[in-house]
Amino acid sequence: MSTAIFSRSAWLVVAMCGAGAVWAQKTASDSIAEYRAMLQDGNPADLFEAKGEDLWKQARGPKKVTLEQCDLGKGPGVVNGVWVELPRYFTDTQQVQDLESRLLTCMETLQGFDAPTIRNTPYGKGEQANITALATWVASQSKGMAFKLPQAHAEEKRLFELGRQLFYYRAGSHDFSCATCHGQDNKRIRLQDLPNLTTNAGAGLGFGAWPAYRVSNGQMWGMQLRLNDCYRQQRFPYAQFGAEAGIALSVFIGVTARGVETTAPSIRR
Amino acid sequence: MKKITTTVICICALGGMVLPAMSQSEPADAALQNTLNASFRAEGQAGMDRLLQDDANRLCSQADASGKALSDEDAERIRQSSFKAIAWPTDGQFFGDYKLGEKLAQDGRGKTWSDKPGSENGGNCYNCHQISKTEIAYGTLGPSLYNYGKLRGISDVNSVTAKPIIDYTWGKLWNPRAYNACSSMPRFGHNSLLTQAQLKHLMSLLLDPQSPVNQ
Amino acid sequence: MADPMRIRAQAAGSKINVRVLMSHEMESGQRKDVNGAPIPAWHIQEVSATHNGVEVLNAEWGPGVSKNPYLQFTVKNGKAGDKINVTWKDNKGESRTDEATVS
Repeated sequence: MSTAIFSRSAWLVVAMCGAGAVWAQKTASDSIAEYRAMLQDGNPADLFEAKGEDLWKQARGPKKVTLEQCDLGKGPGVVNGVWVELPRYFTDTQQVQDLESRLLTCMETLQGFDAPTIRNTPYGKGEQANITALATWVASQSKGMAFKLPQAHAEEKRLFELGRQLFYYRAGSHDFSCATCHGQDNKRIRLQDLPNLTTNAGAGLGFGAWPAYRVSNGQMWGMQLRLNDCYRQQRFPYAQFGAEAGIALSVFIGVTARGVETTAPSIRR
Repeated sequence: MKKITTTVICICALGGMVLPAMSQSEPADAALQNTLNASFRAEGQAGMDRLLQDDANRLCSQADASGKALSDEDAERIRQSSFKAIAWPTDGQFFGDYKLGEKLAQDGRGKTWSDKPGSENGGNCYNCHQISKTEIAYGTLGPSLYNYGKLRGISDVNSVTAKPIIDYTWGKLWNPRAYNACSSMPRFGHNSLLTQAQLKHLMSLLLDPQSPVNQ
Repeated sequence: MADPMRIRAQAAGSKINVRVLMSHEMESGQRKDVNGAPIPAWHIQEVSATHNGVEVLNAEWGPGVSKNPYLQFTVKNGKAGDKINVTWKDNKGESRTDEATVS
């Protein structure tokens, strides 16, 4: 009798252990998925959106002018739909520009801010923080739209090809390229899934997420900072704000994302 | 020492066939270099020299970007020069402490522009690999290393039969390109990311039958 | 002057669902800066909410609440057009009140 009870208990214990191991595995990744789902409601990016909208309409800078005449690619003052067509070529600067560098151009030309100083200001500080808020708001004005970056101009095509070369460029002390982490499907670093930026779906997921609120550090990050931090972790030197390499990578990834709906501003780990 | 000589002879035998002269790969793109130089600045311990590519990186990057696989000659040359440059343990001892190995595998610090110059680097192994059973926060960029030694039948690291695996493991950690020309894995010894002492701790983590990896 | 809260208040039947995003650093006081010096505590200590002027919620918050806190609560017996006011006070004596109209 006692043997039978012991055996049954032992079986129960073993079954629970077995089930427990499986349960533990499922719960780990499931819990993370649940956590991420919970984060979708009440995205602090909303706070930055509100701030960005205020900044757009506020007379600021040495010239005390608003940004309401800023041309982000679809004419002065047009904000609706510009996010999904950036980066693009601008005739006044004769450069392909992304949203953040274009906002800086407007802050310089319309409001009289000193662009070199702002370029060298650390992310999250001073006017850099304002650029991030503005970018968050502008991105939000294209919610639900699909990416359709232009590739008509020769410079846009050149940057696409340049971006592709850069994507595969292995260097730094660790021999990492962008492709090392973002060149295959279904890979992750630790528990962080990595979008394959060379496919349409992956590029859409990756490119369409930024600007994003990063829960892990409570910071709002635009694509410029995202690229800067990728390069930092690749052990490269400091990728400068608005420089050609970052714009080219954005063109490469953004064009690859053609047709995918943007989700920016999103929330991330 | 005898073991090393044997290995070298084997490689030389393979290399007995005459390899063609350096194959014509495209020169490093000048436009690309210009963009890189104009887009980055030195910061902390990360100088602009970090943007330079050696042959191995240049050829592997070009293969990736063009979609054309590396030629057999280029791959062989990268493997051979990588293998020749491997520095084996100066004291002939390959092992350390697997507990310190686990700490190193968990540690992703070092070499970025925000890391303190001169501080010791971590191995960052869990970013890409599963290693011990209990650590569930592991990456999948590299193959699982769980039961690494056990799967290879290592019950005694001092036995003669374990030698080839020990050499391979050290060589792989020192410079993965010695075995796979375009391996994504960093060159921990070749690029001075980890010291010999640190590599020995990782060797123990992977190969010591007592290590949690092999339970 | 602290950044404004984002308040969304929606009527659902006779209830009002309120969601508030507050902009606040919420320093716990446990963290240290790069030099090892402790970063002083700076966080919301009290939160209160009113519905058409009547207090419906009062909360005491400690250092465990995260940066840019998100608060969600339900008010009984309300309708579209009602006013919801949310106020926070922090340990430095700063305070902020924002209002939303129930939609």
